[in-house]
Amino acid sequence: MSEILTFALLFSAIRLATPLIFAALGGLFSERSGVINIALEGLMLAGAFTAAVVTYQSQNPYLGLLCGCVAGGVLALIYAIACIKFEADQVVAGMAINFLMFGLPALISGAIYDSTGSTPQIDKADLLPNYYNDISFASILAFLLVPICWYVLYKTPFGLRLRATGENPAAADAAGVNVIGLRYTAVVISGILAAAGGAYLSIGQSSLFTRNMTAGRGFIALAALILAKWKPVPVLFACLFFGFMEALTFQIQGVVKLPSGEDIPVQFIQMIPYLLTIIVLAGFIGLSRAPKALGIPYSKEK
Amino acid sequence: MKILREILSPLLAVLAAFVVVGIIILILKDNPIQAYGLLLSSSFGSMKDVGWMLSYATPLIFTGLAVAVAFRCGLLNIGAEGQLYVAAFATAWVGLKFGSGLVMVFGKEEHWGYAIPLFPGGLPWYLLVPLCMLTAVVVGGVWGAIPGILKAKFGSHEVINTIMLNFIAVALVSYFTQYYYKIPGDAILQTAPIGEAAHIPKLNEFLPFLPADVPLNVAFLLAVLMCVLVYVFLWKTKWGYELRAVGENPSAAEYGGISPKKQIIIAMTISGALAGMVAIGEVLGVRHNYYDSFSGEWGYLGIAVALLGRNHPLGVFIAALFFGMLLRGEIFVDAFTAKVSKDVGWVLQAIIILFVACFQIFSKKRGVRAKI
Repeated sequence: MSEILTFALLFSAIRLATPLIFAALGGLFSERSGVINIALEGLMLAGAFTAAVVTYQSQNPYLGLLCGCVAGGVLALIYAIACIKFEADQVVAGMAINFLMFGLPALISGAIYDSTGSTPQIDKADLLPNYYNDISFASILAFLLVPICWYVLYKTPFGLRLRATGENPAAADAAGVNVIGLRYTAVVISGILAAAGGAYLSIGQSSLFTRNMTAGRGFIALAALILAKWKPVPVLFACLFFGFMEALTFQIQGVVKLPSGEDIPVQFIQMIPYLLTIIVLAGFIGLSRAPKALGIPYSKEK
Repeated sequence: MKILREILSPLLAVLAAFVVVGIIILILKDNPIQAYGLLLSSSFGSMKDVGWMLSYATPLIFTGLAVAVAFRCGLLNIGAEGQLYVAAFATAWVGLKFGSGLVMVFGKEEHWGYAIPLFPGGLPWYLLVPLCMLTAVVVGGVWGAIPGILKAKFGSHEVINTIMLNFIAVALVSYFTQYYYKIPGDAILQTAPIGEAAHIPKLNEFLPFLPADVPLNVAFLLAVLMCVLVYVFLWKTKWGYELRAVGENPSAAEYGGISPKKQIIIAMTISGALAGMVAIGEVLGVRHNYYDSFSGEWGYLGIAVALLGRNHPLGVFIAALFFGMLLRGEIFVDAFTAKVSKDVGWVLQAIIILFVACFQIFSKKRGVRAKI
């Protein structure tokens, strides 16, 4: 057992948790304001693709990260307009954003690089830097974001209004809160953060964008958010847990055996986050209560 | 007037999406007219083109109906993909276990050998095919029922649960395929092929004008039949009425003596069973085995089909043909334009869904959907 539980595993867990932390914190803002964010997956892809293209062209990963965040913000704004202005079903609109980002990056990279599968390889020197033992710039940023989000959510007037909007928009409105404006802001913030997580995948963990490279991480982030009961500090731990699980699947392959001497099938470890989410949602591990107004469009006439 | 509105708004959504994607194609420095010409005309040149379009449309009819039935009860089933995966594996498994002949099995080296069919010589086709079909329906239905039961018993949101169950389904099926039902040495994650007794006939056996390489099979006829049956069920039976009543207004339905919880479970079971029917066409008719990632995201495309078809079986049928046409056309766009790849189909589909959602397809009362 000792050969598995090493610092290498811990660092690997942090690396794998980093994109989840960004995306889940993003989802936190949107959902605490009352807008479901199934679109995290697509928003991450937008960030990953834009960051890869801009970094490749400019050789500047910080510019890449910034442009990735802007792309995520713009896409989130489109999502927000559909959900808030047109009162579209938030889950359906969110899935549409995910589908869009499944196809659009491939369409664009096919047209400019003549390759729909991936963007060109970025030089290793141009990626987001690592410090000490493989600790990425992005991981540090992600860990710093947790207390910042906590502070914003619980200690600022903006956070108070945001939470009020997600729980009882009518009361918040009566108290003079701009419900609609707040929701737009929250969804755009979620797009920026989720895109930062995606950007880390393409210009931190790897060195190019590949089709659908998030591979369900947006949904895992959503699962982490639910597991964490929509609170910033538990979000960190939920993401670390899922990151740890993913790291474990790489580590135990061929190392740990069942008592019968057979390998533990990776598929069963891969299932854990998903099974856990279902169990938590069903209320077996404490009650996970969503913001009251989650998913319900707000209009003043009602 | 109502019918006109029902037809107009999806049409508008499609038109608007074509305009937006046309602009994207222009930005990518290609010719949208040429791309759209290929996209829309590639399905009608010959019988072969039509046959291919219909075979692309077949799984989408099933998944479109699946999503539509759930929608009518106020539920969004994003889990059709997982439901058709487990159904496809189970169908292939029954085809192998109850089929005839010596099938090399399986998985780990020390277990290599020949499978012994459960019955000597295997079941005859007239028992085996119905058994396989039943398996597809039942297994899909059970996988669909899980999120239904979770919603009814614990109030947990079906959207999250179906997404999670999709991932679980793929992992589970990949585990069984990899460890138990793969042909030794096969580099591809797929099961051994099922025997001929479990095959269903291609349509070109009855319609000689269809070329033999078109995979269109009798599952298409089953899909058409299901459109009719779903229509009859939803609008001509008491059960269908109760299901729709819950979708319209769950508290009113409950006041009227209908149990929303029961209807949620029924709707999700039927939805899963319909999604599972994809396995009939693909496993028994086209591939003759279970093949990992055999689905062209049909479960997700089903959402677009149902939305565009306004959750009505006739609309679903037409929308599935439309998407079948896009799937056929995008291959030609990919090959014959300079810049546009087949991903244009995904982009179009995504923007169509977004517009349909924005054009207030849903009634504002989404009933049971309000709670996460």
